[in-house]
Amino acid sequence: MNKTVNQKAWFFVLPVLALVAFNAIIPLMTVVNYSLQETFGDNVFFWAGTQWFQDVLGSERFHAALGRQLLFTFTILVIEIPLGVAIALAMPRTGPWVSVCLVMMALPLLIPWNVVGAMWNIFALPDIGLLGHTLNALGWDYNFTRNPGDAWMTVILMDVWHWTSLVVLLAYAGLVSIPDAYYQAAKIDGARPWAIFRYIQLPKMKRVLTIAILLRFMDSFNIYTEPFVLTGGGPGNSTTLLSIDLVKVALGQFDLGPAAAMSLIYFLIILLFSWIFYAVMTRNEEW
Amino acid sequence: MRRATWLVPTLYIIFLMLPIYWLLNMSFKTTNEILGTFSLWPQRFTLENYITIFTDPTWYMGYVNSLIYVTINTLLSVSVALPAAYAFSRYSFIGDKHLFFWLLTNRMAPAAVFALPIFQLYSAVGLFDTHLAVALAHTLFNIPLAVWILEGFMSGVPKELDDTAYVDGYSFGRFFVRIFIPTIAAGIGVAAFFCFMFSWVELLLAKTLTAVEAKPIAATMTRTASTSGYELGLLAAAGSLTLVPGAVVVYFVRNYIAKGFALGRV
Repeated sequence: MNKTVNQKAWFFVLPVLALVAFNAIIPLMTVVNYSLQETFGDNVFFWAGTQWFQDVLGSERFHAALGRQLLFTFTILVIEIPLGVAIALAMPRTGPWVSVCLVMMALPLLIPWNVVGAMWNIFALPDIGLLGHTLNALGWDYNFTRNPGDAWMTVILMDVWHWTSLVVLLAYAGLVSIPDAYYQAAKIDGARPWAIFRYIQLPKMKRVLTIAILLRFMDSFNIYTEPFVLTGGGPGNSTTLLSIDLVKVALGQFDLGPAAAMSLIYFLIILLFSWIFYAVMTRNEEW
Repeated sequence: MRRATWLVPTLYIIFLMLPIYWLLNMSFKTTNEILGTFSLWPQRFTLENYITIFTDPTWYMGYVNSLIYVTINTLLSVSVALPAAYAFSRYSFIGDKHLFFWLLTNRMAPAAVFALPIFQLYSAVGLFDTHLAVALAHTLFNIPLAVWILEGFMSGVPKELDDTAYVDGYSFGRFFVRIFIPTIAAGIGVAAFFCFMFSWVELLLAKTLTAVEAKPIAATMTRTASTSGYELGLLAAAGSLTLVPGAVVVYFVRNYIAKGFALGRV
């Protein structure tokens, strides 16, 4: 769309700008402040320069948490995106079942995050949970509070349960927007299901899938409440993702400087990945 | 091959319903039964957990508090996002693209990063432990999302609609309220749905910004672990009740969700 140049449009944006700036810029500047100073309490601060940044970037603990975070985000993207697309393709396009499917699938998205964690906790407990009890009855020595492998499996299964529906809804919306004429043309040409998917459905879903991947990437990188309630980051540190580690440093040990430096590095990583992805996906398009 | 496609969504929905069923199952049991025996359905069916929640103000006020700040947040986010989205979709102005990307970066900010400074900020301005504080704090990620969704919908409306209205003698305000807003009603519905959803499910900021007066239900639930032992039955009942508002809202917008995504840029 060709847009009119109009500087007065700034007035329309002003309320949004004021509200978001209040919530974003003031706290962000607070974090920047802390990240450059040292305190021994009593609101007395000393200049610390880039020392905290060097400490965090060089610390084993941060590398380990970042590694776990990357592994987690990569795993859930590899599972949730293809699974979501497959489910959307198999869903009915018309009829009464569409509403039923949409409502039931959207349900996990609307559950408060700590309830999701608590729900999976009692679902997976080896003695009283349905999942844990069944797995143990089948002869698998499953215990997510003791075995790091089981804890990882449970956290990933929980995320797949929680968020695959978002991918389904987005992919489904992309699919229903394809006009019938496309399918008829493909039928006349005798196209195979794979060819229809590759040359009609996938290109039409590209835009919504970009958004799905971006949202899942950002949100999985920020994940805190669900794994914290489920495993508390344990056993040991095995499921301590970046946010959990950050809160441990900031509120648990009250190390404001290192926590602030870690926050900024963390935020910049998300920003960088999102920007690269966004730039690559929209390279040939005008948005 | 074609016939079996219904199996995929069916299996997926069964997978989704299993943990929810387990939660409901436990909510109708006493804590002793939960800890004592493993059974697929309640052996001694009880409503005691629900009665406790509906008769104890410290419990049911949690739901009221949550609903109050979620509603304030949704109304606020959508109403300030409307003019901004209109500006982004219709006009070009200095810094518009940078501003748009900056707004989106706030959607990426981890709540854990902002929790402590936001707590200090809201304490400093005297809003700590009010519904307004949580509603305002949640605009951090809901306004960017609402602007993003609404801008997509508005860009789908041809600019000729605006021009025709002006030719017909409409002022900008009348055009916006009488013609433009009804045209993008579906988009407003989708934006409101997402604002409701993300404000309802968020806990870290909501918990950080409240103590007693505006404490959300999700935070109330954490106390079952600390005070009188570990009351699993009560916890399960409280959790089950948090499903209700979401289910009601999603039922009303079910037809818009799929359509809304397709029309909008989201």
